[in-house]
Amino acid sequence: MLNFKLSTKLNVAVLIGATMMFSACGGGSEEGSGSGSDLSGSIQIDGSSTVYPITEAVAEEFRSEAPDVRVTVGVSGTGGGMKKFTRGEIDIVDASRPMKPAEAELAKEHGITFSELKVAYDGLTVVINPENTWVKDITTEELKKIWEPAAQGTLKRWNQIRSEWPNEEIHLYGPGVESGTYDYFTEAVVGESGASRGDYTASEDDNVLVQGVATDINALGFFGFAYYEENQNKLKVVPVDDLNDSNGKGAITPSLETVKDGSYAPLSRPLFIYVNSKATASPAAVEFVNFYLDNAAELSQEVGYIPLPAEMYKEQKQKFEQFVKSAQK
Amino acid sequence: MTNSEKNRLKDKAFQVFGVFCTFIGLVVLAVFLFDIILEGARRIDWDFLVSLPSRRAARAGILTAWVGTLWILVLTTIIAFPLGVAAGVYLEEYARKSKMANFLEINIANLAGVPSIIYGLLGLEIFVRQMNLGGSLLAGALTLSLLILPIIIVTTREAIKSVPRSVRDGSYALGASKWQTVWNQVLPASFGGILTGIILALSRAVGEAAPLIVIGALAYVPFTPSSPLDEFTVLPIQIFNWTSRPQAEFQTNAAAAIIVLLIITFMLNGIAVYLRNRQQKKIKW
Repeated sequence: MLNFKLSTKLNVAVLIGATMMFSACGGGSEEGSGSGSDLSGSIQIDGSSTVYPITEAVAEEFRSEAPDVRVTVGVSGTGGGMKKFTRGEIDIVDASRPMKPAEAELAKEHGITFSELKVAYDGLTVVINPENTWVKDITTEELKKIWEPAAQGTLKRWNQIRSEWPNEEIHLYGPGVESGTYDYFTEAVVGESGASRGDYTASEDDNVLVQGVATDINALGFFGFAYYEENQNKLKVVPVDDLNDSNGKGAITPSLETVKDGSYAPLSRPLFIYVNSKATASPAAVEFVNFYLDNAAELSQEVGYIPLPAEMYKEQKQKFEQFVKSAQK
Repeated sequence: MTNSEKNRLKDKAFQVFGVFCTFIGLVVLAVFLFDIILEGARRIDWDFLVSLPSRRAARAGILTAWVGTLWILVLTTIIAFPLGVAAGVYLEEYARKSKMANFLEINIANLAGVPSIIYGLLGLEIFVRQMNLGGSLLAGALTLSLLILPIIIVTTREAIKSVPRSVRDGSYALGASKWQTVWNQVLPASFGGILTGIILALSRAVGEAAPLIVIGALAYVPFTPSSPLDEFTVLPIQIFNWTSRPQAEFQTNAAAAIIVLLIITFMLNGIAVYLRNRQQKKIKW
C-alpha cells in the first residue's frame, strides 16, 4: 500500500515535470505562430466518453493559451454527440468510431459540412483472469466464433473454442451496446457493427468490467487499452492473431508500439473529432483545433491512449487547413 | 404454553425481526460511508473545492460542480415550490371529488414512479429544443422540477390532510372565506410538513445525473455559471465521470466528491428535521 502510494506520487511528480518541460519547449514555437490570448468566444464539444479525457486535457491546456475562450465538453456518448452535431447544436463532436452513413445523411439534411480528424489510437484489449493458464493467444476467427450472434446460447464452454482448452464455462464481459467501443469491436471481429451475442455481462462503466474479469477465472472480456494498463496486476492480456502475417507475424500483444505501427490489427481503433464548418468562422475554434492536433500526441499518451505517428498529425493538420480554407470561401 | 405466552413470544419474535430489518439498512449504509470516507476524506481540502476540472487527478477540483449543484438547487426550489404547493392545495381543498379529480390524482401518483431518465428526454424535447434554452441551468432546473413535482404535491396533500377539520370549521365559523382559511390557518399549520417534503424531494434532485446528462449538462466546464442561461455541470455528473476513468487516483477524487455531495444532502435533511421540530413545538391545538 505504501509502495503504491509512493509510486503514485512519483508518477504525478514525473508527469508534472514532463508537462512543464513540454510546455516550456512548446511555448517558443507557439509564440512564433502568433497565437494570441486575445482570442475569445465559446466552443461547444460533446460526444464520446472514451475521447473525453483527451479533449479534457487539451481544453485544460488551452485555458492557459487563450483564457477568454470558453470551452465546454459533454459526455453524452458518440451516438448522442453525433445527434447533436448533425443538428448543428455543437461545434465539435468527440467520436470513438467513424460517423455512420445515416448520421452523415442527417448532417447533409441540416446543411452541415464537417471535417473528420484523427487524434489518437486506442487498442481494444482482450483480457482474461490472471489465473487462467490455458489461454496463451487467440485468433480473430476464434473471437468471431465467441462473439457472433449465432454463438448466443450455444457457445458456452472454453473447449468449444479450442479443443485443448478445458471443459469449463466461459463468461463474457464487454461494453454496453450504446458505446463506440462495442460498435468498433463488433465491426472488426464479427464483421458487422452492432452484431453480437446478447448473453454477455455488459456495462457502460469499464471499471465494472475490470472488476468482473479480475474476480472470475473463467472470464474473457474486452475494453480500451487504458483500463488494462491501469489494472495490469489484476488482468492478463491476450495476444491477438489476425491470421495475416503481412502486418506482424502471429499473435500480437497490444502496446504503445504495436498499436502505433498498426501491427496490432484489427483491434487498434482511431479516435476522432469532427469539426463543423460553421465553427471555423471563429478564429478561437480554428486555433483550438490546431492546438488539439499539436498537443494530442503528448496529451493522449498522458491520459492512457496511444498517439498517432507524427506524420499523421501533420496530415490531419493539413487536412484541417484545407477544410478551413474551403469553408471560408 | 398458554395462549398469552404464545402471543408474547410472537411479539418478541417480531420485535427481533424488526430490529434486524432496521439494522440491514443501517449496516449497509455504514459500510458504504466508512468505505467512501476512508478513500476520499484525505483528498478533501480547500484546493479540491476551489479548483477547476483537470486531467491530473491530483489537481482536479469540483468548484464548477458544486456551484452548479447549488444553482440547480436554488432554481429548482424557486420553480417547484410554488407550483407543487399550489397544486397540492388545489387538489386537497378546492377540487371536488369528481372523475376528473380522481384522474388527476392517479396520474400524479403514477408520475412519482416514472424513471428519471424519461423526464430527461421530456426536458430535452420541451425545454432544450422547443423553448430553445439549450443545455442551460434553467433547462436543468425545469426538468428536475418536473421530476420532483409529484413528490411535492403528494407530501403537500398529506400535510394539509393532517390539519384537523375543527380548525377549518372554527375559521369558517368566524366568517372567514375559503381562501382566508387556507392562507391563515391550513397552510401555516401544515407548513412544517410541506417544507419537509420539499427538502426531501430536493435531496433526490441533487443526486440525479441521468436526466441532466440527457438534457446536455456537461462534464468539463471551466467556469462557474453566472446566469440561469449558462451551461453547467453538477456533482453527480462529475462523480460519474471520475468513477469511469481508468486511473485509480480518479476513484479517490470521486470518493471525495461523494463526501461533499453527502454533506449537502445531510445538511438539507438536517434543515428538514429542524423545521419540522420547530413547527411541532409552535402549533398547539
